[in-house]
Amino acid sequence: MTLGGLLDGPPAIVAAGVDVFSDALRAQGADVHDVEWRPPHFGDPADLAVLALDRRRAAANRTAVERLLAAGSVLVDVRPAREVLDIGDRMLLHSGPPLLWENASGPMRGALIGACLFEGWASSVEDAEKILASGEVTLDPCHHHRTVGPMAGVTSPSMWMWCLEDPVSGGKAYCNLNEGLGKVLRMGAFNDEVQERLRWMRDVLGPVLSKAVRGSIDAGNDPIDVKGILAQMLQMGDEGHNRNRAGSLMALRELSPSIVAVDAPSSDIAAVLKFAGGNEHFFLNLGMPTAKLALDAARDVPGSTMLTVMSRNGTEFGIQTAGTGDRWFTGPAQTPVGLFLGDYGPEDANPDIGDSAIMETYGVGGFAMAAAPAIVRFVGGTVPDALATTERMYQLTLAENPAMAIPIMGFRGSPTGIDVLKVARTGWLPQINTGMAGRVAGTGQVGAGLVQPPQECFEQALAALAEAARTA
Amino acid sequence: MQVSRTVAALPGVTGVIVAMATPLNLELATNMGLAPEEAASPEQLLIGVAAEDDEALAAAVAAVETALAERERSTGSAEAIPQRTIGGGLAERTTDGPALAIVSVPGQYAVAEAADAIAAGRSVLVFSDGVPVEHEVALKRAAHDAGVLVMGPDCGTAIVSGVALGFANVVRPGPVGLVAASGTGAQQVSCLLDMAGVGVSHVLGVGGRDLSEAVGGLATLDALAALDADPATERVMVVSKPPAPSVAATVEAAAATLSVPVRSAVLSAETPDLTAAVEGLLRDMGLDVPVWPSRPGAAEAAAPGAVLKGLYSGGTLADETMLIAAPALGEIRSNTPLSPHLHLALDPSAQDQFAPGHVVIDFGDDALTVGRAHPMIDPTLRLEAIAAVAASDEPAVLLLDVVLGYGADPDPAGALVPALSAARDAAEHPLPVVIALVGTEGDPQGWSKQADALAAAGAAVFASNSAATRYALDLLGAAR
Repeated sequence: MTLGGLLDGPPAIVAAGVDVFSDALRAQGADVHDVEWRPPHFGDPADLAVLALDRRRAAANRTAVERLLAAGSVLVDVRPAREVLDIGDRMLLHSGPPLLWENASGPMRGALIGACLFEGWASSVEDAEKILASGEVTLDPCHHHRTVGPMAGVTSPSMWMWCLEDPVSGGKAYCNLNEGLGKVLRMGAFNDEVQERLRWMRDVLGPVLSKAVRGSIDAGNDPIDVKGILAQMLQMGDEGHNRNRAGSLMALRELSPSIVAVDAPSSDIAAVLKFAGGNEHFFLNLGMPTAKLALDAARDVPGSTMLTVMSRNGTEFGIQTAGTGDRWFTGPAQTPVGLFLGDYGPEDANPDIGDSAIMETYGVGGFAMAAAPAIVRFVGGTVPDALATTERMYQLTLAENPAMAIPIMGFRGSPTGIDVLKVARTGWLPQINTGMAGRVAGTGQVGAGLVQPPQECFEQALAALAEAARTA
Repeated sequence: MQVSRTVAALPGVTGVIVAMATPLNLELATNMGLAPEEAASPEQLLIGVAAEDDEALAAAVAAVETALAERERSTGSAEAIPQRTIGGGLAERTTDGPALAIVSVPGQYAVAEAADAIAAGRSVLVFSDGVPVEHEVALKRAAHDAGVLVMGPDCGTAIVSGVALGFANVVRPGPVGLVAASGTGAQQVSCLLDMAGVGVSHVLGVGGRDLSEAVGGLATLDALAALDADPATERVMVVSKPPAPSVAATVEAAAATLSVPVRSAVLSAETPDLTAAVEGLLRDMGLDVPVWPSRPGAAEAAAPGAVLKGLYSGGTLADETMLIAAPALGEIRSNTPLSPHLHLALDPSAQDQFAPGHVVIDFGDDALTVGRAHPMIDPTLRLEAIAAVAASDEPAVLLLDVVLGYGADPDPAGALVPALSAARDAAEHPLPVVIALVGTEGDPQGWSKQADALAAAGAAVFASNSAATRYALDLLGAAR
C-alpha cells in the first residue's frame, strides 16, 4: 500500500486552520473533520518545530511510556527513614523542588518546625526557627531520595516509611505514613496534638505496621500489590489523589490479618486498626510511591518530552522530564480554587503544595476525575466537569493506561504520560486535584480544590528539551 | 461544602457549615461556635449557620433548604472536547480507509501539525506558506521514511481520487496523474486535458520549492513512485516552474525507471509552453489535439510602441508568459523575473507601481499576499493595476489570467468586466485586453459563461495561457 493507501479512494480529511478549505470540501460532499486548532499557548515556534521534527522523540516517548506502564508496585517493608534513606543526621526532606527556609511558605515552615520539635532538635518554636534559618538543619527535596510526601511532605529520620518496590525494574520508592485529616504536620500544624500523634505513630503505628508487613512476607505470603489496589480504587469511585476511601479500606483489608497477628498489646492493635480505618487518606501515602516507582522507571530517556515529576513546595511548582534528567523547571505555585472547610475562605489558602501531584503525573488524580464523580462535592464543580476534565487530559498525554481503567468511559485507560509538547500545543495545563493548607503556619487543612501548574515550568522545559534536541 | 459556599455569600451571614457530621467537621463547627447540642454521627448532615440578625438567619436557613432540595440537573455526560491538533483529530477517526490531513495554520506552526500526520502514517497537504525550507526538507524526509507524502508547503492545488483540495477545478476522472510543483500550472494542464476529454486520476501538489536545490525533489520522487503503483494512473505528467537543473535531471532519471510513462511539463527556456506539453501527452495517447476554446474579443490593434502589461494571479502562468514572450520582446521586468537583474520591487500601496516597458506581475507572490487574500479570491490589487495601466500615457496590451474552480472568486468576470470597460474607455490609446481563462465547464463559475462575459467587455479570451500570450504578442506586432 503506497502513501498509506492515500490513493485508494476519496480520502477522509482532517483539517487544521482556516475554514474555507473545509467548507469547499464539504460542498463537494467530502468527509471533513476540523480540529479546533489554535496558536500554541506558549513556546518559541522554532522550539516547537525542533521538537516536532526531533527524530528521537516518538521512540523515546514510546520507551518512557512503556516503562511507566510496565512498572509494578508491591509493599515490601516499613522502616524508619534513617534506615532506608540517605538522610543525614540533621536533614529534613520536603515536598517539591529545592527550597530555602527564607522562601518557605507558612505551612512548610510549620511542618519543618514541627519536625524539629518531633526529632528533639529544638525544644521551642523559636529554637526550631533558629536552627532552620541558620542552616544547621539541611533541607532537601523528597524527590532527591526516591521519596514522595503529601502536602509539606516533611520527612524526618525517625518517621516510619512505607517501602515499595517495582518488581519489574527493581526500583524502590518511599513515603511516610499518613497522619489523617485536620491539624496534621503535613498541612503545617505542629501543636501538641500533632506532636502526640507523631510520637504515637513512631512508637506504636510504625512498629506494628512494620511487623505486620514483614511478618506476612516472612510467612511466605506475596507482598501486597499496591498497584492492584490503585487500579481497583478507580472502579470504586476514587481517583487516587483527593479521594482514597475505597483504596484505604482495601489496604486495611489486606493488612488487617497480619496486623492482628503482630505480637503487641491488643490495645495497640485496636488503636492501629482504628487509626487506619478512620483515615480516608491512609492509602494516599501508598499510592504516591506507586506512581513514583513508575515515573522513576521512565527517567533518563534522551529525546522524551514526557513529564516524570510534577511537584510543589508551597512556594514553587517544579517539573522534570524524562528527556532532561534531574533538572527542575520551576514557576510560582498557584493557589487552588475550590471549596473550604468550615468558615475558611480563599484568603486563608496557601499556594499549591505537595509531592502528591505525582498522581496526576502518573495519570490518575485529576486526570482520572471521571472515575470519581463524587469528588466534585469536595473540590467543587459538577459531575460533567469531572468527566470533561478527564476527556481534556487525553489531549495532553501520550498513552492510555490499561491498568487504570475508568468504568464510566467504557473502561478506557486513564490518560497517562504528560507530554510537554502537547501541553504547549493545546494550551491546556494539567489538572490537579489537591488539598489546601492554611497560609499561616500551624493552621492545618482549610479546604480542597483544583489547581494547575504555572505555565513557566512548561516554557522552561520546552526550551530545554528543544536545546537538547538541537545538540543531539 | 458547595452549599456552604452559596449560603456564606448571602448578606448578613457570618458563618456557615453544611457538611457530614464527621469528627473533623464537628471540630470545625465547634471552632466556629456552631457545635450541635446533641451528639451527631457521621452519616448525619450537620447544618450550622451564624448570622448578624434573625432576618439574615431566616434567609440563610431558607437558602440552605433550597440548595439541598435542588437536584443536580446535569445528566452526568461530558461535553465533547474538540481535538486541538492534527494528531488528535487523526487518532479520533477510526477509519482504516484513505485519509489526508490538511494544514492551513500560520507557517511557523505548520510543522508540528504536519509532523503529527506523518507520525500517524498519513499524508498531509500543507497549504501554509512561510515554512522554513529546512523544515520542509525534514518533513519530507520523515514522510519518505514513513511511506507517506508531504504535499507542500505552500501547496494550493491538489485532487485526490476526485476530491478537489484548495484551488482546483472540476475535471473528469481519468488515467493521467499529475505531480505538480505549481498550482496554477496543474490547473492549466488538468483543465486543458478535461477540454480534450481526458481526465485525471490524481493531482499531487508537492509545493513550489520541491524541485529547488535545497529540497531536491523529495516529494516529487515519492509522488512519482506512488502514481507508478496506482492502478488508476496510466500516464504521468510532471508540472513545474523552472527547476534547479540538477534536480530536474534527478527527477528525469527517476521517471525513466518507472513502468508508467512520464511526460514533462517542466517549464524552461527550451520548453516554455504548458499547452504544448499537454498536446504532446495527447499525441502519446493517440488522441487528436482539439482546437482550444477561445473568444475573439474586439481584436483591435495596439497603438504603435505598445508594451506588454501582464497582470497575473498565477505564478506559473506568469512564468510561462515571460518565457514565451521574452524571445520576442526582450527584457521583461517582473516581481518574479526570469533573471535577477529584471527584478521589479513592488509597493502595493503605491499608485504608480509600474516601470515603463514590458512588465509581468505575479499578484500571487508571497510579498503581495501578506495580510490579504490571494488574488484569485481578492482582486483589489489587480483592479487597481488595471486602472493604473489605463491612466498611463504609455500604450499597452493588457494580458491577464483568470482562474476558475473551487476556492476561486465565484464570479471573477463580475468584478473584471466593469474594470476593463472603464479602463478601455479611459485609456488615451487603444487598450487591447487578452485573457487566459483557466477553468472547465464543470467549474462552479462555468468556463463559457465567464468567457462570454469577458468577451462582451472587449477581451479576447483563451483557454490556453500560451495561446493568449501569443495572441498578445501578435497584437504587439512583435515577431515570434
